[in-house]
Amino acid sequence: MIPNLDNLPVYDTAGVNERIARFCSRSIKSNSKLEGLKLALSMVDLTTLEGKDTTGKVQQICYKAMHPHDTLKNIPKVAAVCVYPAQVAIAIKALKGSGIQVASVATAFPSGQSSLEVKLLDTKFAVDQGANEIDMVISRGQFLAGNYQYVFDEIVAVKKVCGQAHLKVILETGELDTLDNVRKASELAIYAGADFIKTSTGKIQPAATMQVTYVMLDAIKDYYIKTGKMIGMKPAGGISTSKIALQYLVMLNEVLGEKWMNKNYFRFGASSLVNDILMQLVKAETGNYQSGNYFSKD
Amino acid sequence: MSRLAIQKTYKLYIGGKFPRSESGRFYAINDSKGNLIANMCLASRKDFRNAVVIARNAQSSWANSSALNKGQILYRIAEMLEGRKEQFIAELIAQGETAENAKTEVLLAIDRLVYFAGWSDKYQQFFSCINPVSSAHFNFSVLEPVGVVAVIAPEKQSLLGLISVIAPAIVGGNTVIVLASESKPLSAISFAEVLNSSDVPGGVVNILTGKKEELVNQFASHMDVNSIIYCGADEPLMLSISELASNNVKRTTFYKKNDWASDSCESPYFIEKTQEVKTTWHPTEI
Amino acid sequence: MFKASWAYDEAPESTNHIQLKKKYDLYIDGKFTKPVKGQYFDTIDPSTNEIIASVAEATSEDIDKAVEAAKKAFVGWSKLSGKERGKYIFRIARLIQERAREFAVIESLDGGKPIRESRDIDIPLAANHFFYYAGWADKLAYAFPNRSPKPIGVVGQIIPWNFPLLMAAWKLAPALATGNTIVLKPAETTPLTALKLAEIIHESGLPKGVVNIVTGAGETGAAIVNHPNVDKIAFTGSTNVGKYIQKAIAGTHKKLTLELGGKGANIIFEDAAIDQAVEGIINAIFFNQGHVCCAGSRLFVQESIANLVIDKLKNRMETLIVGNPLDKNTDIGAINSKKQLQTIENYIKIGLNEGGEIYQADCKLPTKGNWCAPTLFLNVSQSHRIVQEEIFGPVLAIQTFRTIDEVIEKANNTPYGLSAGVWTQNGAKIFHLTQKLKAGVVWANTFNKFDATSPFGGTKESGFGREGGLHGLKPYVKFD
Repeated sequence: MIPNLDNLPVYDTAGVNERIARFCSRSIKSNSKLEGLKLALSMVDLTTLEGKDTTGKVQQICYKAMHPHDTLKNIPKVAAVCVYPAQVAIAIKALKGSGIQVASVATAFPSGQSSLEVKLLDTKFAVDQGANEIDMVISRGQFLAGNYQYVFDEIVAVKKVCGQAHLKVILETGELDTLDNVRKASELAIYAGADFIKTSTGKIQPAATMQVTYVMLDAIKDYYIKTGKMIGMKPAGGISTSKIALQYLVMLNEVLGEKWMNKNYFRFGASSLVNDILMQLVKAETGNYQSGNYFSKD
Repeated sequence: MSRLAIQKTYKLYIGGKFPRSESGRFYAINDSKGNLIANMCLASRKDFRNAVVIARNAQSSWANSSALNKGQILYRIAEMLEGRKEQFIAELIAQGETAENAKTEVLLAIDRLVYFAGWSDKYQQFFSCINPVSSAHFNFSVLEPVGVVAVIAPEKQSLLGLISVIAPAIVGGNTVIVLASESKPLSAISFAEVLNSSDVPGGVVNILTGKKEELVNQFASHMDVNSIIYCGADEPLMLSISELASNNVKRTTFYKKNDWASDSCESPYFIEKTQEVKTTWHPTEI
Repeated sequence: MFKASWAYDEAPESTNHIQLKKKYDLYIDGKFTKPVKGQYFDTIDPSTNEIIASVAEATSEDIDKAVEAAKKAFVGWSKLSGKERGKYIFRIARLIQERAREFAVIESLDGGKPIRESRDIDIPLAANHFFYYAGWADKLAYAFPNRSPKPIGVVGQIIPWNFPLLMAAWKLAPALATGNTIVLKPAETTPLTALKLAEIIHESGLPKGVVNIVTGAGETGAAIVNHPNVDKIAFTGSTNVGKYIQKAIAGTHKKLTLELGGKGANIIFEDAAIDQAVEGIINAIFFNQGHVCCAGSRLFVQESIANLVIDKLKNRMETLIVGNPLDKNTDIGAINSKKQLQTIENYIKIGLNEGGEIYQADCKLPTKGNWCAPTLFLNVSQSHRIVQEEIFGPVLAIQTFRTIDEVIEKANNTPYGLSAGVWTQNGAKIFHLTQKLKAGVVWANTFNKFDATSPFGGTKESGFGREGGLHGLKPYVKFD
């Protein structure tokens, strides 16, 4: 049933910004940095979501997902590869046996401006192609018009079609205007059955910010306090450097703590982040600052 | 047969009422020839204590009344005083002023009330400010009344001096307990009658008559008095006031001036003497 | 429930760029001068209780010299044009900015506060204060319409140990801008940044004797307070000492401003942004180890959300990192001195004896040095001593309330009147509360914010006079 949205916690932006500033002022050095970088790498949903994606492109990033940088020992693989439904089968094949998940966007991604019927078919197609994870978008237009029931029902319906596949619900926070709206949308998604809540499609600016992520983590925290159920979190878009990724991890560490500090409950939706992490790891090993020339693009 | 005049009984003014001193004591005020003008109440420290309780209780609602309202009430006091100016002139003369000085003093006193009445809704604009802080906050500083003010009124110019000191204090939202001129207390108590018929809420101005040597130390040491104003030049007394004021970090103001008639007695800086600056912060980010 | 597992490695601020001498003399009349009686005392790193340097102890003979120098310098300094005065102050501001990191490290070393705070708050604010008041020096006529402000003369300034450089800046900048000359005494446990400031003042070329910096404890302060040629005292410190000073200068010509203790009420309504309010509570009481006169040390939570807020608060306290002040990740540093630690521990004992329910963060405290875990007291009331008295440490007393009138009454039920905080998303409620709370500074939906442009100071027994902003000029001028 749709949750009561009237008594949700509200957010004071200045206060949230101050808290974020505290996370960002944490200085992560030495082993804790290496540990953090490797953790971040293991949490990446390596993503390509372009109209021009082809079999070749998808195969390339799948290989990158499995072999981020073979000269570095003891580094993890990424968590998943995230593609459009039409590329799911290719990714499944390319990643076979690697343990890396295949996530597919769905539901008329990125705008969500289609009928429920089309969205369900879109989802079903992705699932049928073998996607382990579905990244759906909510209907922001309906949300902003106040039709929360519509948004809720849609998520419930998609969840049903997902079957065994994990459902990540994209709020597209860049279109929700206020932190209070982000909380409201998080609440709808969680109560409608989301396994993860996700900030952005990556197609709208701003994409993920620490502020909206903070609010979403707070929603996850409150839900856990109430029900004991753990929901995952995926900030996506704009997280391009190790430094930013570590700041997100500090926030995760200090807000939700150890149970969430793994790829089952936290993901980064990113692409260029991977190479930046790798450059940092190589720098830590060799002591030299690195050049992009030594790190494969896809 | 000549008619026997009805003499006025002068009492204290506390909480909008005219009680006698709880002590039952009095002191005589004589004219220069030694004839009795009136018996004044000799207020005790208990009278003062009662007055402080009443002034404290009256303070927040007085402070909360609108600036416009306070201005109108001060103006109303001036109106009532204007209507009874002959009585005040006569009383000053009876207490030894020349006719000319008495008239000048009463007229100036009325005008001074009007002067401070006009400041009621302006001084805040003069002293307040918005502070351009570096962070994303809206930050402003305004004046607030210090609270309960104890006043030892000037010994000379017993009407004009008294009004010049209490008008800026009350227009700023304070309540006051005044010790009237010891040697010339009549005008103060007659002024209390004016106050009582001028819409001034009870307890905003409380007037005691009595001896400085008995009461000043009580004024200075009372823990529920926020500020003390002493008008005069008695150095040992000022030392004593300052020392006792430190008990509760009381704000002290000393007016050593003799002449309350000069233009320099009219400025908003007199109001500022019994005000505190309050700074408020609020975030501006949404 | 949400315990953090990722332990951050040490991230110490580098100390190799700071220049500290083994021994510091007094700064009098533009020279570093040995104390007449030749006595020195040690200043200690409170995080290890190791000696950092020895510092001259000024006696009344030294104060005589300092006041004499200030008096002589006043003749020229007060006549100098405002424009020129201002330029010296601007120069001091710039020199602090240039050496900001060095100041931050020394501040944390000498006083125990986290480097994050000294680096991001204390030192930049100190520089800003000089920058702000520098600009006033040639504009004073606009600050006091229809009056002609004049400098007072020799100003004696006595500052506390909680924000050593910042308090020096709060005192010096407006006094200089208005044309006074100064004898300043930093606290005996934290003299180093003031002495480093003396070096900067020296470098700035400020005429000799305009600023004199003398070190010592209470007796040194008393010698300043009682010196006949001092024309004004500005003191920041405890209410008891403030009262003593007010009494000591009674009957003299000396002017006085006092910035004293507090027991700030921090009020959380059920319609607040709870999570940010919790952050505000943390910032209100644990900022600078609670060594803050305006700390929000009395928390009032509306009963309907009390359990939620207290749970969140406890949860948040667990993520606070207590330890090496020079570590960039430290949230709560060392208690400033052994003596202060004893005071705080004594109050914790009192709280327990009075039946308060204690909660302390489960954090590892270093073995050496002076430390106190972040502490809450639940089930206390207005009549508990830990609710009434200033503890000046990381100890929060929590009470609940039901109605607006009740909380206003309780918040104001204290002899202090320095600061207050209000948390609600209801605009009218904010203004109602900010008007009703008896305090010199009210923070709404924020706490412990400071700015050079913003007047700060207390009402009631928290002192009188303002520092910062336009209103901060008035304590340093006189009128005909």
